[in-house]
Amino acid sequence: MEFLQPSSWSDALAAKAARPDAVPIAGGTDVMVELNFDRRRPPALLDLTRVGALTEWGYDGDLLRVGAGVSYRRIIDELGGVLPGLAMAARTVGSPQIRNRGTVGGNLGSASPAGDAHPPLLATDALVEVASVRGTRTVPVDEFFTGPKRSVLAPDELIAAFLVAPAAGPQQFAKIGTRNAMVIAVCSFAVALHPATRRVGTGIGSAAPTPLRAHQAEELLAAELPWHSRGSLPAPLVRRFGELVAGAAAPIDDVRGTAAYRRQALAVLARRTLGWAWAQLSASQGEPGGRS
Amino acid sequence: MRITCTVNGERHEADDVWPGESLLHVLRERLALPGAKNACEQGECGSCTVYLDGLPVCACLVAAGQAQGRTVITVEGLPAEVHPGLPAGTGEGLFADAGALDPVQRAFIEAGAVQCGFCTPGLVVAVHDLLARNPRPADPDIREALAGNLCRCTGYEKILEAVRLATGSARVAPAEGAQAGGLPAQRTPPQGPPAGGAE
Repeated sequence: MEFLQPSSWSDALAAKAARPDAVPIAGGTDVMVELNFDRRRPPALLDLTRVGALTEWGYDGDLLRVGAGVSYRRIIDELGGVLPGLAMAARTVGSPQIRNRGTVGGNLGSASPAGDAHPPLLATDALVEVASVRGTRTVPVDEFFTGPKRSVLAPDELIAAFLVAPAAGPQQFAKIGTRNAMVIAVCSFAVALHPATRRVGTGIGSAAPTPLRAHQAEELLAAELPWHSRGSLPAPLVRRFGELVAGAAAPIDDVRGTAAYRRQALAVLARRTLGWAWAQLSASQGEPGGRS
Repeated sequence: MRITCTVNGERHEADDVWPGESLLHVLRERLALPGAKNACEQGECGSCTVYLDGLPVCACLVAAGQAQGRTVITVEGLPAEVHPGLPAGTGEGLFADAGALDPVQRAFIEAGAVQCGFCTPGLVVAVHDLLARNPRPADPDIREALAGNLCRCTGYEKILEAVRLATGSARVAPAEGAQAGGLPAQRTPPQGPPAGGAE
């Protein structure tokens, strides 16, 4: 097995072009498990931890551009204020040891339906920047995943970064697991409120072949939320939101849970996260009934 | 491939390393440092926790080549790295050969948090990091920080006690004695009461 260790982004792209069968490795939290258990013997590993550009983040116009190699720990520590939903999801990833190494870029590259970063990225209309020696393109995250562990990445492409607007309103994330820590989601859900434009973003994890949005649920809230008064949420609206989220999912029965349980749990997660986010929005306006 | 890295303050070389091999394998099988334990090999149990460039990581999930040129500190290196001033033989007679023990290690022994001992090295490194970042962790902080370390013997109560105990002794030593080496003791200044405050 070859070990390719480029120290610049252009060298990394050249290496991937020359060896499209090389498996990119950053935090190693997925790739090394497969190697340790002899599940995979790639002809080459492409180590991206020496590419400094991948570990940087900054503003690109109005959008935040976060390098694919920024760890979950840094998402929490450095970007929690501007990407609160993603930071919440990052706090549920593995353990401190895993969060010190694991990256959002790796999460996207693995394209697991259960990837914890995916629902908040979906809810916030993130873009995935992918590159090859042929050039760079950006893919809306809801078009990035094509199936379980499959994405639109071409064999010679690498994930450079994701781009996302800093939060313009409350964001929430919740995840069901069989215990509190070190757990793959049975299902997960993210919601982002955009009060200025009266839009709502959603993201569903671990309940379909790919992470996905609940479009009808988003449209319902955009139209029906009491945006102007920011008063209490009508119970029927909240219930209907939960139903639409559960209906958007296409879960399966597996070792972690049944399809029926996942639908039920998603409806609950959707209602809860909406309640939390709305309470934040109300509180930010000094309205009574807001929860901090 | 050849791997060169600094482990516990010393430069080490390993030859004929298979690129898909883990840092854990290099440490245990090639550098004769068996402190980090090999248990789950999938990052679930924390038994192989070591510092890599100052951050605790699962050594089983680091490809050997990724450690090239990096700084690694294992549980064997904690006393010398962090408390170079401690006299040898501070092991309270229990570990006469072991030389100086880190206050976290002493606390684990005193609290009876060591049973079969397999999880202990990983826990010691994780607790060491926690106390470097937060010298007075509340119980929820301890639980969150140790969520990546599994123990099948203790039921965790003794481990929590050990951490509480270590907060008394660990507060005294880390900052002053620390050397440049990327350890978190220097990364974040201690919060709360003035450093050096005794219990």
